[in-house]
Amino acid sequence: MPDGNQLIACHECDLLQHEVALPEGGVARCRRCGGLLYRSHPRGLERALAYTLGALVLFVISNTFPIVGLEVNGDLIQATLLGTVSMLYRDGMWLVAALLLFTTVLAPLVHLLAMLYVLLPLQFGALPRSPELVVRVLTEVKHWGMVEVFVLGVLVSLVKLADLAKIVPGVALWSFGGLMILFTAASIAFDPRQIWLKMEHAS
Amino acid sequence: MSEVTAAHHGLSLCHGCGLLTRTGHHHAGYCPRCGAGVHPRKPDSIARTWAFIVAAAIMYIPANVLPIMITDSVFGAQADTIMSGVAYLWHHGSWHLALIVFIASVAVPMLKLMALIVLVVSVQRRSAWDPLQRTKLYRIVELVGKWSMLDIYVVALMVALVQLKALATISAGPGAVAFGAVVVLTMFAAMSFDPRLIWDSMENNDG
Ligand SMILES: [Zn+2]
Ligand SMILES: [Zn+2]
Repeated sequence: MPDGNQLIACHECDLLQHEVALPEGGVARCRRCGGLLYRSHPRGLERALAYTLGALVLFVISNTFPIVGLEVNGDLIQATLLGTVSMLYRDGMWLVAALLLFTTVLAPLVHLLAMLYVLLPLQFGALPRSPELVVRVLTEVKHWGMVEVFVLGVLVSLVKLADLAKIVPGVALWSFGGLMILFTAASIAFDPRQIWLKMEHAS
Repeated sequence: MSEVTAAHHGLSLCHGCGLLTRTGHHHAGYCPRCGAGVHPRKPDSIARTWAFIVAAAIMYIPANVLPIMITDSVFGAQADTIMSGVAYLWHHGSWHLALIVFIASVAVPMLKLMALIVLVVSVQRRSAWDPLQRTKLYRIVELVGKWSMLDIYVVALMVALVQLKALATISAGPGAVAFGAVVVLTMFAAMSFDPRLIWDSMENNDG
């Protein structure tokens, strides 16, 4: 039986290949289809933890403060993300409200908390409890977080509203931009393959 | 080592942790390391992908015909579909914005559906058409999928912000629900498709 540590399969074309050692920061690609096989992550777990913690702080700010405000005749109307969700819900658009809530709040939050749950104990040399369950939730949820699309959506609506009223950018507008960057960085640094190797060593 | 696949050796790749496990040729099992279900290929990939494609194509019609945003103002009510929203942006000077919304909301869902149909049909017909090109096509489909949600977010923010009783109020229209369904269904279609099937039919063609 071939040894699982030396042989790996491409997840896009299933070609069996031998695992090779990578230079620092290197990327291994499939010989046949060019698909990503694995990356070298120098201090990957530490970086993933740092980005995750930063992203969680920005997540809280992004969901607490207003994203933008409209100033009309001295009145200021401000929109928070959760306020927008409840507005849609009251309008009877509960499906759209649920979609917004899931893709911009719940999925990113579950994704971040799942990464934290695995990374934090590992950082101190301990094993998280039932990691397989958490990692499985993570692989399901990671497709549905759409913070970066939401940021573009905010920018488009700002331009649309610009000739209607005076726009007042809110704190969450900036924190959403930062959240988008840290979230992407954390997701790249969080490598399930490396996590499982580390957990096998720790146990 | 020649072009040999894991499935050829009765091995399956775990998508949860990357471990290769012995499952036999047509069997499913569980990953000994992370406990996720493993299969040589995604189960019922073609049938499931077709089901999501058909559902998305059906929803594509109300998504484009029904209004996605309704503006009530002192000048009366105005219902906007996706295309009329793009036309509005175009005529009001921000053609680059019109282009972004057009690409994200009209072109991407349509091209995505067509690309998925090409991929599924090519696998079903055991086409020998350049598998590398098809794999790249699949990667693009996976990558761009979520950007179609753009218009939903724009409508949501307009609803939240434009609540000026004296001037105008905006609410979401039924088209928004259909449009959200198209985005979600095409994402499910892309996830159901197994790109390894593209390469499988190549091997069988070689003999
Ligand atoms: Zn490959
Ligand atoms: Zn596994």
